[in-house]
Amino acid sequence: MKIDHELILKLEKLARLKLSEDQRSKMIEDLNDMLKMVNKLDELDLHDVEPLLHLSNQYNVTRTDKVEDHMDRDAALANAPDSDNEYFKVPKVIKK
Amino acid sequence: MSAYSNLYSLQDQLGTDRTTCVEIVEYYLENIEASKHLNIYVEIFANEALERAKFLDKKLADKSTKMGPLYGLVVSIKDVLCYKDHVVTAGSKMLEGFNATYSATAIERLIAGDAIIIGRVNCDEFAMGSSNENSYYGPTINGIGDKRIPGGSSGASAVSVQMDTCMIAIGSDTGGSVRQPAGFCGVIGFKPTYGRISRYGLIAYGSSFDQIGIIGKNIRDVASTLHTISGPDQFDSTVTSMPVPDYVSDLKSERQNLRIGIFENVLNNTSVSPDIKTASKNFIKLLERRGHQVDEIPFDLLEYAVPAYYVLTTAEASSNLARYDGIRFGYKSPNAISIHDVYTHSRTEGFGEEVKRRIMLGTFVLSSGYYEAYYGKAQKVRKLLTDRINGIFEQYDLIVLPVAPSTAWEIGSKSEDPIQVYLSDIFTVIANLTGIPGISIPVGVDFEGMPIGMQVMGPKFSETLLLSTTYNLLK
Repeated sequence: MKIDHELILKLEKLARLKLSEDQRSKMIEDLNDMLKMVNKLDELDLHDVEPLLHLSNQYNVTRTDKVEDHMDRDAALANAPDSDNEYFKVPKVIKK
Repeated sequence: MSAYSNLYSLQDQLGTDRTTCVEIVEYYLENIEASKHLNIYVEIFANEALERAKFLDKKLADKSTKMGPLYGLVVSIKDVLCYKDHVVTAGSKMLEGFNATYSATAIERLIAGDAIIIGRVNCDEFAMGSSNENSYYGPTINGIGDKRIPGGSSGASAVSVQMDTCMIAIGSDTGGSVRQPAGFCGVIGFKPTYGRISRYGLIAYGSSFDQIGIIGKNIRDVASTLHTISGPDQFDSTVTSMPVPDYVSDLKSERQNLRIGIFENVLNNTSVSPDIKTASKNFIKLLERRGHQVDEIPFDLLEYAVPAYYVLTTAEASSNLARYDGIRFGYKSPNAISIHDVYTHSRTEGFGEEVKRRIMLGTFVLSSGYYEAYYGKAQKVRKLLTDRINGIFEQYDLIVLPVAPSTAWEIGSKSEDPIQVYLSDIFTVIANLTGIPGISIPVGVDFEGMPIGMQVMGPKFSETLLLSTTYNLLK
């Protein structure tokens, strides 16, 4: 497996990042180095191994389904780069 | 004024005419000022800490009120822990000016325990790094040696304790980020079992790896802090419901005749520096003199730990960092017009190089067509490692390992080779992959005087054993 120009463009799109041409060549090189390191895992026989999915020893931790006050709107909006008094503001999404 | 060696003797002096909380805070503020050239603190809560010290002195004078267990303890917090109405940025331009709207559970409990938070310290961006060089605020410098890295990602946390600017530092450990810098700086670093301390309010990197950790100068203070901040939390369902032992009282209950394993591939590994091999051998001798039995044990999975770690953590990171969209909080690019531009430009301009590298790898290993071959495979390797480690703990009480294959390197000397830096995490990632606790303690210095740390690891929830064993070794 080798990461090429086409794949890196796809990954940039998925990750919502945009690299300059210079950064892109460096990133291709770095990711291929990382994959070379990661490919070491191919040496292991993992046929009968189940994936480890959870690390915690807690199962089905539930809480009472009760509405509680955790954060008011002003606090939630306080860190937004762009908002009015009620909403986060985003550029227009739906065109006429 | 002389340095405060530990919380226990400090609390003895408080409430007499020998010292006050205000004097203690002033002492640490002076030390912060004197170590400014090392770039430890990104924000100093000077006035606030003094106000709080005054409040605690008053509380102490009123003999009818009971003091919290940590009264007088001066603490630095890593720039990834939310502290209500204080800025937290994860060392990133992405969160510049972000004001925490709530406090991390660990921070709440420190304050409820009457500790004093003196400031917020530097770290690698989003805790991604092993050298504290990947920060928006520039690198933090080790107080020992000439222009050496302090380790990472809680590098500045380790230096904050090393330079005596606080008594305890609260950091986070995803792959060694508390133990390795502690080792590089000659102090103690403790990563508890996954699920011992609530992660609520800790800015997420790899959620199934992240654990809040403690850096200090003596085991007793680390044990007191751990006792105060551990335990169930309604905001983090991965925290264990197991009761929190009295770690401090249990320090004296030293267990005799322990069976301890060290991986044989450490002592004959060419990538481990000769001084660290010598330190490991001396540490084994010390354990044997204390009556413990130390065996070299085979561990042929060691080389697979770092690759599995980087697949899984970058995958989790790419998902966790998807929340930085330039809309609800964080940096928003002024160059964006469409909604997609807001996402893409904000993330591209807000994240640093190492963070982007990890997001890209994580995106790749999770993407359609590659998921099974990379992410799925790494999850299986994680299971294999966990089973093998659990198997070792059926025969052995503890595992000891160096903290890293080398001591702290020169700032900038490995910047061009990220893989070499990743591989230096080889001895610490095991604990995070398998969820077990690990503690790093200073054992000496190399030929250049740089500190060497040894790591002691035990089965899940063996904090009491780790703390009492190391307490008695360091005594």
